[in-house]
Amino acid sequence: MKSLEELKAIREKMQGQIGIRSESSDQTRVIVGMATCGIASGARPVLTALADAVQTKGLTNVAVIQTGCIGLCQFEPIVEILEPGKEKVTYVKMTPEKANEVVEQHLIRGQVIAKYTIAEVLG
Amino acid sequence: MYRSHVLVCGGTGCTSSGSTKIIESLKSEIKKNGLSTEVSVVQTGCHGLCALGPIVIIYPEATFYTMVKEEDVPEIVSEHLLKGRIVSRLIYTEMVTDGGLKSLNDTNFYKKQHRIALRNCGVINPENIDEYIGTNGYEALGKVLTEYTPDQVIQTILDSGLRGRGGGGFPTGLKWKLARGNEADQKYVCCNADEGDPGAFMDRSVLEGDPHVVLEAMAIAGYAIGATQGYIYVRAEYPIAVERLKIAIGQAREYGLLGKNIFDTGFDFDIDLRLGAGAFVCGEETALMTSIEGNRGEPRPRPPFPAQKGLFQKPTILNNVETYANIPQIIINGAEWFSSMGTEKSKGTKVFALGGKINNTGLVEIPMGTPLREIIDEIGGGIPNGKKFKAAQTGGPSGGCIPASHFDIPIDYDNLISIGSMMGSGGLIVMDEDNCMVDIAKFFLEFTVDESCGKCTPCRIGTKRLHEILEKITNGQGTLEDLDKLEELCYYIKDNALCGLGQTAPNPVLSTLRYFKDEYLAHVVDKKCPAGVCKALLSYTIDADKCKGCTLCSRVCPNNAITGKVKETHIIDQSKCIKCGACMEKCKFDAISKK
Repeated sequence: MKSLEELKAIREKMQGQIGIRSESSDQTRVIVGMATCGIASGARPVLTALADAVQTKGLTNVAVIQTGCIGLCQFEPIVEILEPGKEKVTYVKMTPEKANEVVEQHLIRGQVIAKYTIAEVLG
Repeated sequence: MYRSHVLVCGGTGCTSSGSTKIIESLKSEIKKNGLSTEVSVVQTGCHGLCALGPIVIIYPEATFYTMVKEEDVPEIVSEHLLKGRIVSRLIYTEMVTDGGLKSLNDTNFYKKQHRIALRNCGVINPENIDEYIGTNGYEALGKVLTEYTPDQVIQTILDSGLRGRGGGGFPTGLKWKLARGNEADQKYVCCNADEGDPGAFMDRSVLEGDPHVVLEAMAIAGYAIGATQGYIYVRAEYPIAVERLKIAIGQAREYGLLGKNIFDTGFDFDIDLRLGAGAFVCGEETALMTSIEGNRGEPRPRPPFPAQKGLFQKPTILNNVETYANIPQIIINGAEWFSSMGTEKSKGTKVFALGGKINNTGLVEIPMGTPLREIIDEIGGGIPNGKKFKAAQTGGPSGGCIPASHFDIPIDYDNLISIGSMMGSGGLIVMDEDNCMVDIAKFFLEFTVDESCGKCTPCRIGTKRLHEILEKITNGQGTLEDLDKLEELCYYIKDNALCGLGQTAPNPVLSTLRYFKDEYLAHVVDKKCPAGVCKALLSYTIDADKCKGCTLCSRVCPNNAITGKVKETHIIDQSKCIKCGACMEKCKFDAISKK
């Protein structure tokens, strides 16, 4: 290594990955239902897609967490997003592709994707 | 990319309680459940809560599992990692509240801690340089090499108010400044990792948990004073620390962060390890350098000080591991940030190894000036079994005891000296009413007699005589004259010994004489040991009213000192009794007492 740029490149790459090991109260929490119902309808690829995207984009203030059955099994995979000081947003019938959209639109730009939320899907 | 990181403590405490097996088992269970690409297992350094090890933390939830056994692993993997259900029976009980789980940082043990030297311990994988870089590692080195002159580096350290964490408390910046001022063709940077106080494991934990921080700080020191070679003197009795240092040095060389022309700035610096054989005196700076030179580890007179003529007769600086661990953070965050913590003359934080009669045995880092009461009652979780606090011993064999009357004293260098103890490297041993202070003094003297190198007479013979007098007192043969002689000899040794070991060796005696004179008098005048520790002054007796004649005591007595028939009162033959206490432990009727 001969330059500070090289050091910086490693640092930035690692920060995304190590960021997962922080714990702060103003973190955004992305919660994926990983009970039997969730797993059966494909929650695991959704979970890994979310975790990957958050780290690749270096969103160190976002934690992707699992939870058990939310109680709306027919709408699984379900992803809830809890931002400090904001109302909870619940996305239903997620896929890895939709999850990536959520990261882009919601987590980075702050725009809720209404068409995937439970309110829209339930009608 | 992994969605979850499982951190397993690989410090010495958790390793000895089986964390290596837990790691293996985690890896195989994770594989079995097809999670290998999603979950990563990381071996870290010490989290501090050694009493509750092995410790496993799972992120991003930051779930803190304590006393994990190999058998618990399948459940953790299938429940927590696969289904996201926390295994509540293994959670650190302090975190469990009525309203769910509270954050680890809000628990009594962590709440008042402020981790600077330990900031990466338990967070990163010490065997992976990338993880260190990910937490801003080597940024400080890059900054000083490209933006600072050596004098600016020294000024920053001077302004921060950092003082040596090895015990003496000499201002680090001043040490560097003196070494910089001395012209020479070669200078050296040394790291004292020869932590030898009984009960101290701060430096060990830093080396095991974050070895790169020491390498980075030594390179910064090398740049500041104009040295190109560093030595880490670490005891061979710390195998994990030695191994991780070797790995770290190898990785740093590979990345060009050690070696020639670092960051293309023309600055050369390399570090080599030197293993010590575990002699306490080699923690003394001149003895340490003599040992690195390949000679028998004996101190030499100062002056000349190491900054003038140190290792191989060249200007040398020698700092302790914890001191170095603060340096990169001071460079990154600035001198003001560091000096805003602590007291007027002691800045920053200090790491303490809590041991003895305390619930949370382990490693804590607190701002200077924290009262002893907070360390013991709040962070340390108090004294087990509802016993009463008697004293805290700081500074190991060079330090002294702090009695309950100074329980509220803010801990810093100068306050501890003023009450006859010293900061030392940071061992803090808590004693309760069951500890005999004369016996404690004798224990430390036994240690220094053993570890005295023998070069100077006051230490070699003086400590031996001190120990003999203490032996006499604990055997019940002491006289009031002995107490006077003891004190006089202490001052004589302090004034005349060659090095720090001898000069401080009488401290345990002096401080116990100062605060616990009544216990010495009880041994000498009343021939009693109030704490019931000194065997020669004890006698076990059987209460005739309580004894049911069950014969159990006479059966367990290893020396057949107890006689008596079934259903009749038993009697202990005092001339045969070896005071092992086995009878008292076994008696079901509480009929045996010791006085």
